[in-house]
Amino acid sequence: MKLAPFAAVAAFSLLVTACASRPDTTEVVEGPGPVTRDTSTTPAGPVPGSIEDFQLNAGDRVFYGFDRFDLDSAARETLRRQAAWLASHPNARILIAGNTDERGTREYNLALGARRANSARDFLVSQGVDPSRISTVSYGKERPSCTQSTESCWAQNRNAITVITSGAVS
Amino acid sequence: MRILARLAALVTAFLALSVSAWAQPGGSPLVVTITEGNVDPLPIAITDFIGEDSASAERGAEISRVITNNLRNSGLFAPVDSDAFIEDITNIDLRPRFADWRVINASALLVGRVSVDEQGRLLVAFRLWDTAAEQQLLGMQFTSVPENWRRLAHKVSDAIYERLTGESGFFDTRIVYVSEGTGPDGEPTRRLVIMDQDGANPSFLTDRSYMALLPNFSPTAQQITYVSFRDLQATSYLYDLQTGRQEALFDNRNNAITGGGQSLSARFHPNGRELVLSIGQRGRHDLYGFDLRSRALRQLTNNPSDDTEPSYSPDGSQIVFASNRSGPPQLYVMNADGSDQRRISFGPGRYTSPTWSPRGDLIAFVKQQGRMFSLGVLRADGSGEERILYDGYFVDTPAWSPNGRMLLFTRGDFSPDGTRYSVWTVDLGGFNLRRLPTQGAASDAAWSPLLD
Repeated sequence: MKLAPFAAVAAFSLLVTACASRPDTTEVVEGPGPVTRDTSTTPAGPVPGSIEDFQLNAGDRVFYGFDRFDLDSAARETLRRQAAWLASHPNARILIAGNTDERGTREYNLALGARRANSARDFLVSQGVDPSRISTVSYGKERPSCTQSTESCWAQNRNAITVITSGAVS
Repeated sequence: MRILARLAALVTAFLALSVSAWAQPGGSPLVVTITEGNVDPLPIAITDFIGEDSASAERGAEISRVITNNLRNSGLFAPVDSDAFIEDITNIDLRPRFADWRVINASALLVGRVSVDEQGRLLVAFRLWDTAAEQQLLGMQFTSVPENWRRLAHKVSDAIYERLTGESGFFDTRIVYVSEGTGPDGEPTRRLVIMDQDGANPSFLTDRSYMALLPNFSPTAQQITYVSFRDLQATSYLYDLQTGRQEALFDNRNNAITGGGQSLSARFHPNGRELVLSIGQRGRHDLYGFDLRSRALRQLTNNPSDDTEPSYSPDGSQIVFASNRSGPPQLYVMNADGSDQRRISFGPGRYTSPTWSPRGDLIAFVKQQGRMFSLGVLRADGSGEERILYDGYFVDTPAWSPNGRMLLFTRGDFSPDGTRYSVWTVDLGGFNLRRLPTQGAASDAAWSPLLD
């Protein structure tokens, strides 16, 4: 790609803002979602109720400290936005995937990832999201968002990612 | 010359392998003394097994190469370079010229013969000599179908190892591990691979369509437990190696105990009928026993923290596991019914992945401290000092050789674009570190018991 479309640049800056609350992270790295969006057909931004809308305006992931699954204030803020978005889009169902960094043993990390997914789930339920709309999974350290061997990369991988599995506007 | 009585081969219908002894070994000073320290490897001359025709001779040379590789890799033997051999063995029923072997510093001499019987079965006969005492240490014959020639070579290797060390061997065994890769869309792939202990005959057990992790062998080596993502989350599975059939131990999604949560790596009780595993309900992981006949789960631990990675003692009476109930994960031992839970590791750092030695006295573990990972062993009763066998950038999933002499482990080496995973062996003294031949990046290796 020679020139980044203007809308893509705008989306990218939003991602930077979303990532600013990430613990131990100063650099922005390539991630799934808004950066790769085809902007030519949606110059005005994401369609309300779409997966892109959820990712950009609620934020699809929260971050955790090393070997921790408690939610800090930034994570709770993101989850409140997710709960509000889900309240506005009652047909949407979600899967919360808990992930870990690679600096731990495999089975222990599968357990830790499950703890993270469930801490996010429990907070959403406390915010009024119907538990039947939420499923959880742990990928442990098997599906990292970032694969470099750096502290900032590992911090990004200590997360719970919320994925809209059905009911999103396309 | 000693007259050797040759016994008829015992053909065992079930096992396809048979053994017959030629002579009872006499008393001999030639032994490999295994200590916890480094071992001075025993020099052994391994001649090409002779054959009546060129096909048998070629097979004999291949068998000798497999035996040479096995014994060298054990770290306890130093095969003598065949270029130095003086005597040309043409008949294994004659006494060798011992001086010819002593002069090239071979303490032990292996000679053998390959032939094919009237039923088309392969016969491998061998004699192991003590060149100083000029005594036969072992004379045996193994029989099997020709396709099993590598297993015959492993059986010979095990017999030599046992005769010279006094311990059972680990050569006629298989290893299962996880081959790590990337799929066409960049997604991670984790496939089970099974191979002979020396890396020969590798074959994939699972495909790319789901991740398979953390395999363990049953006591008969006929089944493998593992964690499968076939049902879209970590689920304890059983793989039958004879039929290729794989099934979930139970339905996690519709199970009151799991509450839809995940189930992790199940390990067999030595009786082969029960399993122990960690189950996560709402993210909280407790240990459960699972009876393979009744399909019933029984809760063994119950506390708000995470209990993971259980492993039975070889007598089945106790279970070691990791738990973060007191903060960073540490190792605990309990009776197999869940009673009398007690902590056995107290060092700084995070202790995980405990595995009970087949001898019963030691527990292997992974310790994470600062940026370093270690493979260590400690006494099962928690007494004494822990001993570190390997330190490095990353370590996971220790697994014992069936004789408790070697450990397999996952080793991760630093690379800027992601850790490089491979499987290694190391002996109990921390020596003889060797990388296993695997299909690409590899992890989570488990060692089968000796095959029948």
